[in-house]
Amino acid sequence: MTQPAMNSSLWSYANPRKFLATTERLMPFLWTAALICLVTGLVWGFFFTPDDYRQGSTVKIIYLHVPSALMAINAWMMMLVASLIWLVRRHHVSALAARAAGPVGAVMTVIALVTGAIWGQPMWGTWWAWDPRLTSFLILFLFYLGYIALWEAIEDPDTAADLTGVLCLVGSVFALLSRYAVNFWNQGLHQGASLSMDAEENVADVFYLPLLVCIAGFVLLFIALVFYRTGTEIRARRIRALQARERAGA
Amino acid sequence: MIALLLRDLRLAVRAGGGFGLGLAFFLIVTVMVPLAVGPQPALLASIAPGVLWLGALLACLLSLDRLLALDWEDGSLDLLATAPLPLEAVVTIKALAHWITTGLPLVLAAPALGVLLNLPGPGYLWLVISLAAGTPALSVIGTFGAALTVGLKRGGLLLSLLVLPLYVPTLIFGAEVARRGAVGMDTATPLLMLVGISAGALALLPFASAAVLRVNLR
Amino acid sequence: MMPDLGKYADTVLSAYAASILLLAALVALSLWRGRRLRRDMQDMEQRMRRDG
Repeated sequence: MTQPAMNSSLWSYANPRKFLATTERLMPFLWTAALICLVTGLVWGFFFTPDDYRQGSTVKIIYLHVPSALMAINAWMMMLVASLIWLVRRHHVSALAARAAGPVGAVMTVIALVTGAIWGQPMWGTWWAWDPRLTSFLILFLFYLGYIALWEAIEDPDTAADLTGVLCLVGSVFALLSRYAVNFWNQGLHQGASLSMDAEENVADVFYLPLLVCIAGFVLLFIALVFYRTGTEIRARRIRALQARERAGA
Repeated sequence: MIALLLRDLRLAVRAGGGFGLGLAFFLIVTVMVPLAVGPQPALLASIAPGVLWLGALLACLLSLDRLLALDWEDGSLDLLATAPLPLEAVVTIKALAHWITTGLPLVLAAPALGVLLNLPGPGYLWLVISLAAGTPALSVIGTFGAALTVGLKRGGLLLSLLVLPLYVPTLIFGAEVARRGAVGMDTATPLLMLVGISAGALALLPFASAAVLRVNLR
Repeated sequence: MMPDLGKYADTVLSAYAASILLLAALVALSLWRGRRLRRDMQDMEQRMRRDG
C-alpha cells in the first residue's frame, strides 16, 4: 500500500492509521513516564512530607485529591475540544478520543469525590456536606454518566459521535451554569483554590513540589489512557466495518 | 406555525395524557411527601417550595418521551423536516405545545397543592411567578433531550439521565425564588437568573435541538 | 519505614487505597478491552486476507 505524501501538520494525526502507528511508538514512553511520576510523587508525598500543623497527616490526601479534581475538569475540557473538532472538521479520531476520555474523566471525578469525602470526615466532621465544590463535582459526575450512557445507547457510530458532541457542548454550558447556581445556593466549607498564583491561601513549598509531580503523573496517565483507549475504539470501529463487509460479501 | 401548534395541542388533548397525567403525577407526589416525612406543619412549610418545584420538574420530565416519539413513529417528523418551516421553528413550537399542555397546568395547580403542604402566605405569589418563569426552560431543555433520544428504542430512562443534570440550574434558582419568597426575603437575584436561563435556553437551545434532530433523521 | 500517621492513619490509608484501587481498575479494564479488540482485529484481518 502506498502512502500519500503526508503533510506534517497536526491534522495528519487525524488519520486513524497514522494515529495508531504514532501512539504505538509513544505508548511505552507514556506509560513509563506516567508510572515514574505517579510513584515518585505519591511516595514523596506519602513518606517524606511533614504533617500539616492543623490538618495532621490528612494533608497527604492532597496528592490524590487535587490532581484527580484537576483532571476531572480537564478531561471534560478535552472532550469539549475534541467534540468541537469532530463537529467542525469531521475527524473520526477526534470523536473517538472524546469517547475514550469519558470514562477516564468519570473515574477521576469519583476519585476526587471519594478522597474528598474521606478527608472531610475528620476535618469537617462529616463525609458529605452540600458544599458548592462537592455539589458541583457530583453534578459533573452526572454529566459524565449521561455522556457515557448516550455513547453506549446509539448503534450507528457517526450518529453517536454527532449526538454526544452536541450533548458535550450543551452540557458544558449547563455545567458552568450549575457551578454558578450552586455557588449562589450555598457558600461552603471548602478552602479556596490550593494552587492559585497569589500565594495568600496557597500551600507551602514542602507540599507544593511533590504535588506538582503528582499532577504531572495524573496528566501523563490521562494522556496515556486516552491514547490507548482511542486506539481501542479505532480498532472496535474497524472490526465493525470488516464485519459489515463480510456480511455484505457472504 | 400556528397550525402546527394547534395540531399538537389537539393531539395532546385528544390523547388525554397531555393535561391529565402530568397534573395527576404532581398531585400524587405532593400527597406522598407528607406521608413520607410526617405531618408536622412547620416542617412541611419549610420544605414546601422545594417539594413543589421538584414535583413540577418531575411531572415535566415524565411527559417528555412522548414529545417527539409519536411524530417519529408515524413519520410526520420526516414530513416536518422537509416542510418549508425551519426545523428550529418546529422544535420551538413543539416545546411551546409541551409547555402549554404540561407547564402551564402545573403553574396553575401549584397554589392549590401549596395548601396541602402548608405553604406560608407570601409564598403563593412567588411560587407561581417562579414556576411561570422556570417551566418554559424545563420544556425547552426537555425538547433537546427528547430530540437526542428520539431514535432509541428504550430512550425513556436515558432521557431522564440526560435531562436531569441539565435541569439543575433551573431547579436551584427556581426553588430559591420560591423559598425566599415564602420566608419574605429578597427574590430579585435568583429571579433574574431564572428568567435569564429561560430566555437563554429559549433563544439558543432550539438550534441544538434542531441540529440533533437532523442527525437523527439522517 | 512507615511514617507516623498519628490518629488519622485510617483516613489517609483508606484514601490512598481507594484511589489506587480505582486507578488500577480503570487501567486494567482499558488494557483488557484493548488487548481483546486488538486480537479480534488481527484475527479478522488475517481471515479477510486468506479469503481474499
